[in-house]
Amino acid sequence: MAPRTTADVGGMGHSIKRKEDPRFIRGQGHYVDDIQLPGMLYLDIVRSPYAHARIKSINTERALKVPGVLAVITGETLAQYNLHWMPTLMSDTQMVLPTEKVMYQAQEVAGVIATDRYAAADGVDAVEVDYDPLPVVVDPFKALEPDAPVLRTDKKDKKDNHIFHWEVGNRQATDQAFAGADVKVQQDIYLPRIHVASIETCGCVADFDRVTGKLTVYMTTQAPHAIRTVVALVAGHVGLSEEKIRIVSPDIGGGFGGKVPVYPGYVIAIAASVVIGKPVKWIEDRMENLQADSFARDYHIKAELAATKDGTMTALRIKTVADHGYADAAANPSKFPAGLFSICTGSYDLKNAFAEVDGVYTNKPPGGIAYRCSFRVTEAVHAIERMVDVLALELKMDPAELRFKNFIPAEKFPYKSALGWEYDSGNYSGALRKAMDRIGYADLRKEQAEKRKRGELMGIGISSFTEVVGAGPSKQFDILGIKMFDSAEIRVHPTGKATARFGTKSQGQGHETTYAQIIAEELGIPAAHVEVEEGDTDTAPYGLGTYASRSTPTAGAAAAIASRKIRDKAKKIAAHLLEVSEDDLVWEPGKFSVTGAPQKSKTIQEIAFAAYTNHPPGMEAGLEAVNYYDPPNLTYPFGSYIAVVDIDRGTGAVALRRFVAVDDCGNIINPMIVEGQVHGGLTMGMAPALFEEISYDEAGNIQGGSFMDYLLPTAMETPRWETDKTVTPSPHHPLGAKGVGESATVGAPPAIANAVVDALAHLGVRHIDIPITPEKVWNILREKGVAE
Amino acid sequence: MAMHTIRVTVNGTPYEKQVESRLLLVHFLRDQLRLTGTHIGCDTTHCGACTVIVDGEPVKSCTVLAVQADGSEVRTVEGLEQGGKLHPIQEGFWQEHGLQCGYCTPGMMMTGVALLGRNPNPSEPEIRQAISGNLCRCTGYVNIVKSIQYAAARLR
Repeated sequence: MAPRTTADVGGMGHSIKRKEDPRFIRGQGHYVDDIQLPGMLYLDIVRSPYAHARIKSINTERALKVPGVLAVITGETLAQYNLHWMPTLMSDTQMVLPTEKVMYQAQEVAGVIATDRYAAADGVDAVEVDYDPLPVVVDPFKALEPDAPVLRTDKKDKKDNHIFHWEVGNRQATDQAFAGADVKVQQDIYLPRIHVASIETCGCVADFDRVTGKLTVYMTTQAPHAIRTVVALVAGHVGLSEEKIRIVSPDIGGGFGGKVPVYPGYVIAIAASVVIGKPVKWIEDRMENLQADSFARDYHIKAELAATKDGTMTALRIKTVADHGYADAAANPSKFPAGLFSICTGSYDLKNAFAEVDGVYTNKPPGGIAYRCSFRVTEAVHAIERMVDVLALELKMDPAELRFKNFIPAEKFPYKSALGWEYDSGNYSGALRKAMDRIGYADLRKEQAEKRKRGELMGIGISSFTEVVGAGPSKQFDILGIKMFDSAEIRVHPTGKATARFGTKSQGQGHETTYAQIIAEELGIPAAHVEVEEGDTDTAPYGLGTYASRSTPTAGAAAAIASRKIRDKAKKIAAHLLEVSEDDLVWEPGKFSVTGAPQKSKTIQEIAFAAYTNHPPGMEAGLEAVNYYDPPNLTYPFGSYIAVVDIDRGTGAVALRRFVAVDDCGNIINPMIVEGQVHGGLTMGMAPALFEEISYDEAGNIQGGSFMDYLLPTAMETPRWETDKTVTPSPHHPLGAKGVGESATVGAPPAIANAVVDALAHLGVRHIDIPITPEKVWNILREKGVAE
Repeated sequence: MAMHTIRVTVNGTPYEKQVESRLLLVHFLRDQLRLTGTHIGCDTTHCGACTVIVDGEPVKSCTVLAVQADGSEVRTVEGLEQGGKLHPIQEGFWQEHGLQCGYCTPGMMMTGVALLGRNPNPSEPEIRQAISGNLCRCTGYVNIVKSIQYAAARLR
């Protein structure tokens, strides 16, 4: 679709260069650790070497003698203010600092406050903690056994390690469909613990002003308003009142879901600043970030798929054990303890489905957050896309053919899924066909057959995913009771330039550019003349923040609606200026003109000036609007990805030779930015498919808590991604847009896993858990007698 | 902790400063000189966010002591723009959408500048090899490669 605005205006569809980049390319971004306030102190944290232990004593004497160390904060210190515990976003509880026992390795045990970061680290080394180790439970299945030690002894009457049971769908009808099915396949699928590992770690500068009573916290948060409310609710009893709390989220070096939760370090820094009356900075290092911050996934999935002999899928049944670690510290909407996992019927017209998830406590760091995805969508997509390939193997059908046969047909949208979602729009066959044409699917199959004869291992993997993003409609979606709307406030100034503020917060997505383009599209004010601000709760309208691909579906929609309110007022002013009836005016981007007399017109800039200098009698002056957008539905981006891999029989290494991604995120605001989001998402999809895992030994020791062992893809492993698109607008979003930041992270892992399994399928392999490391593949090759 | 006097030229400006033996170069640049464009991402020399150029070589400043830089010429991201004119590598990253959150960008650009200093016409594999010690979580590297290619073409 050709853009409606000129390149100078830069509305939707223009790949304008990013407005935020001039500061970043000069090293003038403003990240939390760049903040240096007068008199600022530093917090560093003592962490537990044990996964489960009683604290016998904490001796701070030696630490307090270290030059520069001013204070050591323990659980006992915080307990005086009743701040030693805090709620998680899932209404569970977790310790800020312990008073009795530690529950996972690297747990925060005490905070050292010092005059500089080196002194604080010296102080940490000098704190002496005496532990009495307790039995450790690492395996969630063992945690559920009747004789397992009960971990959450802080919870009165808690007799086991079970957190929640959640189920959805029609169990009976699904069981019946399985009982009568021609073909049934079953597969255990484990999605391991991983970490978002944004290149900037988490941190804050807490600055309490004793005179005004105002607390300002500069902090790496994706959701500043929600954090402000949480701080007010948790610390109201010590005098922190919401109007006296200012959360500022400055430039953020990547978030991906890891900067949604509240970590103990933030709370300790705030408490220290309130008690000492000076600014306190806390910046975690990489090992703390990987070892203690919220993890993602850790889903043990048992999936079953039923079909007729000719390959019509009839039922899906899924049972999952979710390892949440020490606390359920996910960041899901409150009614969704397993997030949006019930999107697990995927892109397929499945009449019967049932899914159940049980959450479990173990001696591992708390979490269950998203890794660049909308609340457990990745887990759902991996399960269904792997199962389709398992079924294809069973039926000896081509996996593309099986998908085409079972896709929800384009004419059935809006489509109500068996697990209750109303898919807004889609054309799944179109995306898969485009991906197959682009990569040359038929030729690749021929090449594969020839290579197999020669003993070479090559595989082709497909993933045709459906996302569910943009949370969300207030009737279903809230976090701690706060509805998941989002907001835009636009002020058009007398000279026709605009300032726009939002409840979301970019962490690299380019909101300063794309939101400006939405306003340019709707009002004809050049994007270059629209200043976008986010992340300061003193100035921005309330919103729930940026995660789950929700910014364009919610705040982007709010920008469009607020712009249209402004346009409605502008029309009244134009009618007044042109002395015609409003009905005689037509809009084109940037001006109203009189029907039949196009030379009689008023530009948006002329109208803006009049709004402050010559507004109609009886009308309020000014030209501004606010919208709090409550979406009527979620949006359902989709796509089809095809991966081609070659496997080295000597080492088991998987080389990702080609990867074609066809994405459909509805109407596109900035094609360049969308492509960039897909590139990044694909790389963060490849990462857990091939490299990333955080695992623990039996004693609860983390295996791989630094970048030495936790492998992020470098430019060497990452292929030159090939991207393409189809465009199926969302029928309910004001711009027809759907959101795109996470599609590729969700869609890529099963494409890669399916490709590796496909390369080995003739040897009898039908599943490999991710990450598919060379060691795993080599062991399979050896077992099958084909290792070189 | 023993203090040392070091003389370092950073982006053309000579400095003489007292530093602790253990002060890392990255903290010297960020906290003492307030050149905060150089970032810290891992502490273990894996991510490259802290890359600066010391006497022509790209160096991870989180693993170099400030005292080791005594007598050196250091170039950071703040030294790229000259006379109000962006360096071609800065133009390239902007033009080719080679950055998103901007956190790895200064280190990535400094590695790129060092590469182009010794190889004005690098192939794509050579670029990928050169930046393999710089991690980016946002871009998937495709556009970073293009950004460095853009700069190479402009510098030739």
